[in-house]
Amino acid sequence: MKYHGVTLHRKLENNIGLLIFGILFISSIGGLVQVLPSIFQESLKTATENSHLYSAVELTGRDVYIREGCHVCHSQQIRPLLAEVERYGPYSRADEFVYDRPFMWGSKRTGPDLHRIGGKYSDDWHRVHLIDPRSVINNSIMPAYPWLAEWEATDLGDIQKKMSVLRILGHPYTDEEIAAAPEEIAGLSQLDALIIYLQVLGTGLAEEYR
Amino acid sequence: MISDGREIYHDGVVKRLIQFSIIWAVVGMVVGVWLAAQLIWPGLDFGQFWLTFGRIRPLHTNGIIFGFGVSALMATAFYSVQRTSNVPLFMPRLAWICCYGWQVLVLLGGISLLAGWTSTKEYAELEWPFDIVITILWVCFAVVFFGTIATRRIRSIYVSNWFYGALIIVIAMLHIVNNLALPVSINKSYSLFPGAQDAIVQWWYGHNAVGFLLTGGFLGMLYYFLPKQSGQPIWSYRLSVISFWAFTYTYIWAGPHHLHYNSIPEWVQSLAMVMSLILLAPSWATMINGIMTVSKAWRKLSVDPALKFIVLALAFYGLATFEGPMMAIRSVNIVSHFTDWTIGHVHSGALGWNAMITYGTFYYMVPHMMGRELYSVRLANIHFWLALAGTMLYILAMWGAGVSQGLLWLSIDDIGELSYSFNDVMAAMVPYYALRLVAGLIFLAGTVLMAYNLFRTMYGRHTVAVSPPLIIDELQGTVYKEEPREPSSGNAQEVPA
Ligand code: HEC
Ligand code: HEM
Ligand code: HEM
Repeated sequence: MKYHGVTLHRKLENNIGLLIFGILFISSIGGLVQVLPSIFQESLKTATENSHLYSAVELTGRDVYIREGCHVCHSQQIRPLLAEVERYGPYSRADEFVYDRPFMWGSKRTGPDLHRIGGKYSDDWHRVHLIDPRSVINNSIMPAYPWLAEWEATDLGDIQKKMSVLRILGHPYTDEEIAAAPEEIAGLSQLDALIIYLQVLGTGLAEEYR
Repeated sequence: MISDGREIYHDGVVKRLIQFSIIWAVVGMVVGVWLAAQLIWPGLDFGQFWLTFGRIRPLHTNGIIFGFGVSALMATAFYSVQRTSNVPLFMPRLAWICCYGWQVLVLLGGISLLAGWTSTKEYAELEWPFDIVITILWVCFAVVFFGTIATRRIRSIYVSNWFYGALIIVIAMLHIVNNLALPVSINKSYSLFPGAQDAIVQWWYGHNAVGFLLTGGFLGMLYYFLPKQSGQPIWSYRLSVISFWAFTYTYIWAGPHHLHYNSIPEWVQSLAMVMSLILLAPSWATMINGIMTVSKAWRKLSVDPALKFIVLALAFYGLATFEGPMMAIRSVNIVSHFTDWTIGHVHSGALGWNAMITYGTFYYMVPHMMGRELYSVRLANIHFWLALAGTMLYILAMWGAGVSQGLLWLSIDDIGELSYSFNDVMAAMVPYYALRLVAGLIFLAGTVLMAYNLFRTMYGRHTVAVSPPLIIDELQGTVYKEEPREPSSGNAQEVPA
């Protein structure tokens, strides 16, 4: 046994092709056994009553959220822990995220979790807070985003193309929805779109899980 | 390169990469300090959209990891692969393309992050056009590196090269899979994976970017420069073999410890937790191997700043790889996840391990390559103490902040209500964040000292010409304890006279 081990390794050490192959082989096992099955696991990608398909405006708001990097300070993932459920609401479920590309769970809570922020405050509260957080919470360390109120939602890229691309990925947008999209976002500021997105967050969860 | 009919190692590209790496270190840390300050004075974005925290945080991580880290890894890989293969770089032009191409990528990539182009996936934020360029440059890196090994004039491949090799191969695999997306426009794409699956794939990438870049690649540095600088062979070559394969196999499984109690299957989390605990073994085996290697050179340690940095880096490597598995335990992670504890862990690895070992190797390489003494050993010693103080203060501040956040957020009073509002806890962070800012400034000051010191050492000189030894010389012998096993007489004959 020992002898075999030693000679095998001598071979690897002396042959760069074998060494490359060895590294590739050994390092892919974990991914194949652990990650690949998750990619085929239907329950992680199948829409249910809890899944909410973003409208054109919500999708635009989400892209504002992404562009501004809100996710570096805010998570969107409520863990099934007593204190957490009490603070933020019912814990997050995998089927609520099947239309999230990319996922927005985050890794750091410099600010509070936002997964169930929808409906917690009025639109006006958000408007004031986003334009100047310190006018609401006097020691807040959140950045102010006054320019969002001036920027047009239509400047954020071709919404129809976005929806078509998402449709290829399996988001069930109808032709009518895609056709109507530009009109829906016309005239809105990026702040409006962002607030509409925030207000829908976490509201898709079915009654029985609340 | 041939001069007087003799081959010469290509060290010009190494020198240039070191210079870029130092510049990115300073830039990245200035941004880090700025971030730290913004968390105390949010007005420091001056009302400019491109200076807000959400945009410059990824600039910090990408600038440091890809600018400072990868440039340093390329520099040290190119330096050591020639000397452990006894042959100049394969396709040196391509190495230069790699060097400059990478700098342009980091520069433009950084600007694109400020412009708000982001895929949001941590450490893979750059959008798809950059991802394609990264892939191409990475292939160039691979060609130069593996080409040099393939044309080597020493029979066996030295252990540092396996780690650099694993860095190149595994990062390529992770990068390609994690960035699979359908483009909408030049600056926007949608991930191929939805929600929970996207999270699993991202942290398979994210954790192993830490594993094979910030850990594996830098272990390559360790295995070459520690024996070189201490003048001692690796304590146990066999242990290095075993820990290499254990490390390569185990790391890949650990990613989902970033998603404990999140909406992903429980078996995936538990498996990741077990594998993270197992990871302690190869990590500490490596650390012990390193410490035992210097144990015969303690005297040198007290006078040699390069060696001091490398050994201190090993100690922080031990700390980070002990803390990591502890945080991967689900019940501990309940407290640490989402808090500044993670940030403290990150920087004990990032400052204590990655930055320190890089500083140590730079202090070794630059005088060797320039053929002159370090400009000032005194400054290097001051840098050492600044780096140590900055790192310790950073970690302590973040432990304080993180553990309090974790416990206060979870705290529930007698009647079952939350004891503290979010804003109470936020307000309590100010002193910790202030300490962290001071820590960052101290660390940055040290880095600036090094930049000055090394640029003075390099100033006005070309790299000295070094040829591959005709026979394996004594120094090479110190790198190899057991290898080459039949001491090189066979190989030596192949070397053209
Ligand atoms: C520097 C980190 C940071 C960034 C970036 C950030 N926030 Fe915040 N956010 C905070 C902090 C801290 C609080 C808590 C204090 C407060 O309410 O202002 C907060 C609070 C909030 C709240 C109120 C949550 C609640 O439950 O009371 C909302 C909504 C919010 N942020 C939305 C956003 C959006 C949208 C963005 C991106 C445009 C964003 N934040 C970017 C730090 C940040
Ligand atoms: C045995 C080794 C290690 C293990 C098991 C480990 C484990 C962990 C765990 C459990 C987390 C927290 C995840 C979370 O709750 O979100 C974490 C975060 C992190 N660790 Fe480690 N760690 C190890 C070594 C290192 C080293 C050496 C570095 C070097 C820099 C490092 C860098 C990071 C980074 C950057 C993060 C933050 C990721 C993020 O949330 O953005 N780790 N690690
Ligand atoms: C002067 C030194 C540095 C300072 C002051 C600094 C400061 C910071 C700050 C303030 C953050 C954001 C934390 C938060 O969101 O709460 C951060 C994040 C981060 N920094 Fe640094 N940093 C420094 C050096 C480094 C170095 C050298 C590295 C890497 C080698 C590094 C890697 C990271 C990473 C990976 C993150 C993201 C952590 C996560 O997402 O969990 N930093 N840093």
